[in-house]
Amino acid sequence: MSEPPEQPAKGSRRPVVTVPLIVAGVCLAVPFAAMLWVGSYSRLTPALAGVPFFYWYQMLWVLISTMLTVVAYVIVRRHERKHRGGEVR
Amino acid sequence: MKDGVNGVALAVFVFFFLAVTVMGFMASKWRRAENANNLDEWGLGGRSFGTWVTWFLLGGDLYTAYTFVAVPAAIYAGGAAGFFAVPYTILCYPLVFTFLPRLWSVSHKHGYVTSSDFVRGRFGSRGLSLALALTGILATMPYIALQLVGIQAVLDVLGVGGGEGTNWFVKDLPLLIAFGVLAAYTYSSGLRAPAMIAFVKDALVYIVIIVAIIYIPIRLGGFDDIFAKAGHAFAAENPATGKPRGALVTGPQAQWSYATLALGSAMALFLYPHSVTAVLSSKGRNVIRRNTTILPLYSLMLGLLAMLGFMALAAGVKVKNGQLAIPQLFEDMFPDWFTGVAFAAIGIGALVPAAIMSIAAANLFTRNIYKDFLKPDASPEHEAKVSKLASLLVKVGALVFVLTMDKTVAINFQLLGGIWILQTVPALVGGLFTRWFHRWALLAGWAAGMGYGTWRAYATPSATQSHFGNTNLIPLIGEKGYIGLTAFALNVIVVIVATVILKAVKAPDGIDRTKPSDYTADAGDPGVAAELPPATAGAPGGH
Repeated sequence: MSEPPEQPAKGSRRPVVTVPLIVAGVCLAVPFAAMLWVGSYSRLTPALAGVPFFYWYQMLWVLISTMLTVVAYVIVRRHERKHRGGEVR
Repeated sequence: MKDGVNGVALAVFVFFFLAVTVMGFMASKWRRAENANNLDEWGLGGRSFGTWVTWFLLGGDLYTAYTFVAVPAAIYAGGAAGFFAVPYTILCYPLVFTFLPRLWSVSHKHGYVTSSDFVRGRFGSRGLSLALALTGILATMPYIALQLVGIQAVLDVLGVGGGEGTNWFVKDLPLLIAFGVLAAYTYSSGLRAPAMIAFVKDALVYIVIIVAIIYIPIRLGGFDDIFAKAGHAFAAENPATGKPRGALVTGPQAQWSYATLALGSAMALFLYPHSVTAVLSSKGRNVIRRNTTILPLYSLMLGLLAMLGFMALAAGVKVKNGQLAIPQLFEDMFPDWFTGVAFAAIGIGALVPAAIMSIAAANLFTRNIYKDFLKPDASPEHEAKVSKLASLLVKVGALVFVLTMDKTVAINFQLLGGIWILQTVPALVGGLFTRWFHRWALLAGWAAGMGYGTWRAYATPSATQSHFGNTNLIPLIGEKGYIGLTAFALNVIVVIVATVILKAVKAPDGIDRTKPSDYTADAGDPGVAAELPPATAGAPGGH
């Protein structure tokens, strides 16, 4: 948080791929699988409060994908702090 | 439609309109920098916006008046197919999360104002940068025109659009006034004006949607009834095609279209010049990432908004022009004063994106056409001046578009715009991650995608006319899909094949002015604020 940013070596900040980063990548990829597989949700039932499945399921995915993005954000932020040595807002 | 002018609603509408006008002019003093006479200040608001301002700005920018009118109108017209807007806005945020922070970093490091600035710096090709700038301007113009169409729809329902008999000047006077005001405060305040007005716009929009989604179903007897009636209405035959008018869920044949439209649109959304402008105006890399976690609130709202299309059907709203379905539903359902609020939300919802779009197009013109080709030694003050004038020109162009041509022309061009913007993905997004592509290959791929996409769209009949459909058979796969995405696939293939060939014959590669570390730089990193290139040197960097 308070340590001064390190001077990165010129032009050579090698990307470091770690397990958490892969998890972040998966979090970002899952909504694609869910939304592009239209056959998995193109039906009317079960309805929720009168709204057919097709509609409420996709709106539910707005929330799920947001949660997944939050997870990815936390992971990536932690990763960047660790690997760039300095806290930047 | 009630006869004549709806006085109460009109008064409320005018009140909000005046309020945002005052705000628009006052915005020039908001967080003003010492030297405001350069593009960083006028065109990017000083690159100073934090998470919340960026959220309002992007929300105001992407979820436009046209969106509010068009998404429920699409549902009203055809049912489930129109709901692709929801997966579309779900999918765009993971994409944004992946590539826009890199664009932000490299732009901040090198003082890029537009995405074409980046492409020029990365690939050392003014030709490629010009091609992308023209694509951006071409795609943005009809979009601005559609915002004016949105205002027009509201004015029509309010009864101030004039009847068939009135002459064109009286008929279009309200639109001309709205337009003049918009042009004036954009000119004087730059990006700060829409950023400030976006607060009012979004507040109004949220209030209206929440009220609508609770109040209207109560009046219509609940969602069960709404969907039952809507399903009944969809079963009726469309006289043009002889098939049912729509459906409550996508049929097996429509699933490819649904998925490809969602994916293709998601890929294009954040490459529009106005999205890039809003993103570059933020003050840090993580501001963008944080925004991908809060912007989906708008997607949720969009889903609720889409429900209004079913309500319009269930309420028996009958309009000749589908775009009027939602304004008409509001007028039928709400008390007059709240109709005024709802219409103000749509009207102001048009002003914010129209302002940002014209600024974005003006920046593209100034940086990638005027400065690159006409006057390479333009000073920052001169750039700002050119951009201000260009923003006026762009808006006049859009106005002429709306007043002289049929609305469907604007809609057709906006559809083409989406296809065109998708063709900038290989150079822009590809360029953010790899320098492998050859600049001429990217140009060839772009040309192939643009040509194929435009030709296919023109040759495809839509539901209401014989041209400008957006889905057609995908070669090799044999399913119907979004033309823009097919064109994009062709684009990528051309780029890869041409790159291999060009590298084999050792065609001269452009100079890459960026370093790998530029793509992960953040504000506060050594050299990021200080190392601005000559174009903006001498002007404060905006922090």
